Amino acid sequence: MKFYELTAHELSGLLRSRKLGVVELTQAYLKRIDEVESVVGSYITVSRAEALKQAEKLQNEFDSGAELPPLAGIPAGIKDNMCTEGIPTTCASKILSDFVPPYNATVVEKLAEQKTVLLGKLNMDEFAMGGSTENSYFKQTRNPWNTERVPGGSSGGSAAAVACGEAVFALGSDTGGSIRQPAAFCGVVGMKPTYGAVSRYGLVAFASSLDQIGPLTKDITDCALVLNAISGHDKMDSTSAPVKHPDYTKALVNDVKGMRIGIPKEYIGEGINEEVKKAILDAAEVYTKLGAICEECTLPVTEYAIPAYYLVSSAEASSNLARFDGIKYGYRAEKYTDLLDLYKQTRSEGFGPEVKRRIMLGTYALSSGYYDAYYKKALQVRTLIRKGFDEAFSKFDLILGPTAPTTAYKIGEKADDPLAMYLGDIYTVSVNIAGLPGLVLPCGFDAEGMPIGLQLIGKPYDESMLLRAGYTFEQNTGYHLSRPQI
Amino acid sequence: MDYEIVMGLEIHAELSTKSKIYCGCSTEFGGEPNTHCCPICVGMPGVLPVLNKSVVEYAVKAGLAMDCNILQFSKQDRKNYFYPDLPKAYQVSQFDLPLCKGGYVEIETGGVRKKVGITRIHIEEDAGKLMHDEWETGTLVDYNRCGVPLIEIVSEPDMRSPEEAKAFVENVKSILEYLEVCDCKMQEGSLRADVNLSVRPVGSTAFGTRTEMKNLNSFRSILRSAENEARRQISEIEDGGRIIQETRRWDDTKGYSYAMRSKEEAHDYRYFPEPDLVPIVVDDEWLGRIRASLPELPAARRERYIREFNLPEYDAALLTSSKRLADFFEDAIKGSSNIKAVSNWIMGEMMRILKEKELEADAVPFPGHYLAQLVSLIDKGTISGTIARKVFEKMFESGKEPGLIVKEEGLEVVNDEGALSAIVRKILDTNPQSVADFKSGKEKAFGFLVGQAMREMKGKADPQTINKLLREELEN
Amino acid sequence: MKVTRETIQHVADLARLNITEAEIDKLTFEMEDIISYVDKLNELDTKDVKPMEHVIPIQNVLREDRVTGSFDREKLLKSAPSQENGCYKVPKVVE
Repeated sequence: MKFYELTAHELSGLLRSRKLGVVELTQAYLKRIDEVESVVGSYITVSRAEALKQAEKLQNEFDSGAELPPLAGIPAGIKDNMCTEGIPTTCASKILSDFVPPYNATVVEKLAEQKTVLLGKLNMDEFAMGGSTENSYFKQTRNPWNTERVPGGSSGGSAAAVACGEAVFALGSDTGGSIRQPAAFCGVVGMKPTYGAVSRYGLVAFASSLDQIGPLTKDITDCALVLNAISGHDKMDSTSAPVKHPDYTKALVNDVKGMRIGIPKEYIGEGINEEVKKAILDAAEVYTKLGAICEECTLPVTEYAIPAYYLVSSAEASSNLARFDGIKYGYRAEKYTDLLDLYKQTRSEGFGPEVKRRIMLGTYALSSGYYDAYYKKALQVRTLIRKGFDEAFSKFDLILGPTAPTTAYKIGEKADDPLAMYLGDIYTVSVNIAGLPGLVLPCGFDAEGMPIGLQLIGKPYDESMLLRAGYTFEQNTGYHLSRPQI
Repeated sequence: MDYEIVMGLEIHAELSTKSKIYCGCSTEFGGEPNTHCCPICVGMPGVLPVLNKSVVEYAVKAGLAMDCNILQFSKQDRKNYFYPDLPKAYQVSQFDLPLCKGGYVEIETGGVRKKVGITRIHIEEDAGKLMHDEWETGTLVDYNRCGVPLIEIVSEPDMRSPEEAKAFVENVKSILEYLEVCDCKMQEGSLRADVNLSVRPVGSTAFGTRTEMKNLNSFRSILRSAENEARRQISEIEDGGRIIQETRRWDDTKGYSYAMRSKEEAHDYRYFPEPDLVPIVVDDEWLGRIRASLPELPAARRERYIREFNLPEYDAALLTSSKRLADFFEDAIKGSSNIKAVSNWIMGEMMRILKEKELEADAVPFPGHYLAQLVSLIDKGTISGTIARKVFEKMFESGKEPGLIVKEEGLEVVNDEGALSAIVRKILDTNPQSVADFKSGKEKAFGFLVGQAMREMKGKADPQTINKLLREELEN
Repeated sequence: MKVTRETIQHVADLARLNITEAEIDKLTFEMEDIISYVDKLNELDTKDVKPMEHVIPIQNVLREDRVTGSFDREKLLKSAPSQENGCYKVPKVVE
């Protein structure tokens, strides 16, 4: 049996029925990593020894017949921007290349409570800035469906690892589409929960008001299971929502009758690849056939979402990344003349070009004389974008659209044009700006066999609605069952 | 030309909360370097702040005590700059919506009272400490103070002399002590001031260019640096020069200031709303609870002393200038019938010793009512004033009750006429010249003989009895 | 908005980044490209629109004033590129 092709809920069944042992499963995944890692390159760190130790410990718990949580014994990977005590956390940056955190992120603690097995830390664009994982200091992750192509980003390692079975599921982070776009490019399920639903404590911040951690999984059921595991109020995170989260597996209902679905005309107009557009409209057709009411709607300020996003995210990033100065942790330049030179050399050598570009943009947007014109203006546009969604949600239960204008492109194809790269985020950034939940699931392939991702956007804290719609789609189509041949 | 000095102050007061502003580390002073630290206050990647509730309450108390408006809605902002004492490379502070705005503190100098306006009071985090290493090859950084909560009290440019500035800091210090929101130990840096100073020709209404003197942590340095800076600016102008707006550092041992090395770029702190912290909303209910918890403040207490205890204004002001002193006074007068005498002892002997030992009133090793007992021993004639001073010093050494000290050391006044007569006769026998002088009409000689007798008795004799016995002997 | 080399140099100084003469032209060009794109926001009338600083309407997230303990110093300093006597070490700071 190819364990690496199975979902968490399938593997959990095998573990519970004692048809499979945790050590055996973990070894199977480590073997899979050995087989494909040289081609796919999902991991920055594989924590082999720790994983096996944890697996043995868990095996004993299974053997003792203890009641274990749903994800117990499931091998998973996490994006390398979430702090893991004793295991390097690099953010795919030279500046943190030797950083070993002295503490665990809240999500890492939560996965530990769930008794999952941590396989290692996954590749990403440096500090989560990018959409192709080409901005990693360490390596290029490749798309398992076609290794000439990017896996998307910034959680490219997470998406690729799940797609090719190097992890049963993975955690990613999403600031402007960094879970959803790679999920779409790699043909897996990815969710960005509502802002505040998952604790950010221990997630190395890119843009604090937009960042959110979420799952990348093989299907919607796993997505619900992982969301159950990681969501919840955390007193260590002041922006964590003080709400009670439902059991998300209760949303796994194959029924969308009467569900009102809006399709923003701005999302299927100019700039979208025809094949992607067709797949999205076909998906809407599936929903209509299943009894949902699909109608065109409008999100009027969509075209302003990207400039607003780049201003807000870069401004916050310029401040969040200022702490990487070669004093307390991480890289310090070898040669410098004095303190000022230490700062400048360390940061110039330690950050890659895209990170520097964003720091420059953000510093510019916040500097005196420009604050009102850029940063404040962007926050005002943020209000308008949220208002647009609120109006749409007064008529619809959820919004359906594409995830990205195209499928995964070739490695290097866009690397020299930052602005063109930014424009690829058009359908995802609004969701972060408005703090809403967004779910991406596979809905077809283009002529070259690259996956296409359907994006569903919900009201705040209405992840259940998204899961229900996603589950229904999955049960009535089956795209989630395709696996890349690698 | 005559010049007028214009001064505005920024006072930084470390709040006496138990834990830091955004994490659970202790705020205790001292300790081995970097032992009151955690990933949050050293700015490790991924950490997040959670605001200490007491910080808000302490700042609001300070605002209420200085008659400020408390903003219902306030927020925290990041002030961005690189410096090794600032691990996140930004300081969380408040920019456009501080907790408190628009109040005043009353001061009195040279018998004149005036109000100094308070522009704002905001909360922020303290930075770490830099020390040079023993070889002076590098600088060492200790983050123990990093994240200790501060309030910054910004005054209007309302002060016109270094004395007014000093009085302002004294009164702010006194208010914060009364509120028990800051221990105000200036030598430990828990209260420090930045002084903005400019000069202008008398009669001019426009402000001159100002300089900022950073981090003054004693009244002496506030006074001296301001006097020095005013002189420097005036002579600069008189010499046809121009004042440069700059930040200066005062060297109190050398008695001069120097411009701090100006940064490569003008200060551009790039303030923006701190996305990791949510707004602070002080609603009427919360504000009411904080208001109800306010203690009696120095001005109110001073008025009460005048009214209730009939103390002169001077005494009342002095006793209430420090909460610790006033608390001691009130403890001392419980059950005392001679309030004025107690007050005199505190203002005289006690303050002299405290000053000598550089102590605050809470360091007095005995409770206030011991002082009342001492006064009553004098009033009852058990000991003389001279002996009382000795007893008082012993109380300071041992913390013992005055009655016990008197008994143990045998310091009671001797009233036994038999015993005293013998002493008096002995004095007359050994001082025939004085006796002769007295008899020839020199009254002065009598005083000398009394003194001799008292000395013989080591002050323990009742002088009235000595007087009486001496006269009897001399006139016989 | 025209972006000048001087602006780029000033912003780089603020951000503590070195840029070489070779980089500065490329960066000026890229930044101008990005900034003229974000200038698009000026098409929108945002008069009287409240800036959204937080996307979820929560307030007064506060902790009680309790000391919960500090970290083992060695564990914190382990990550430091340079340390001495229990302190982080930096080149000599001149005021």
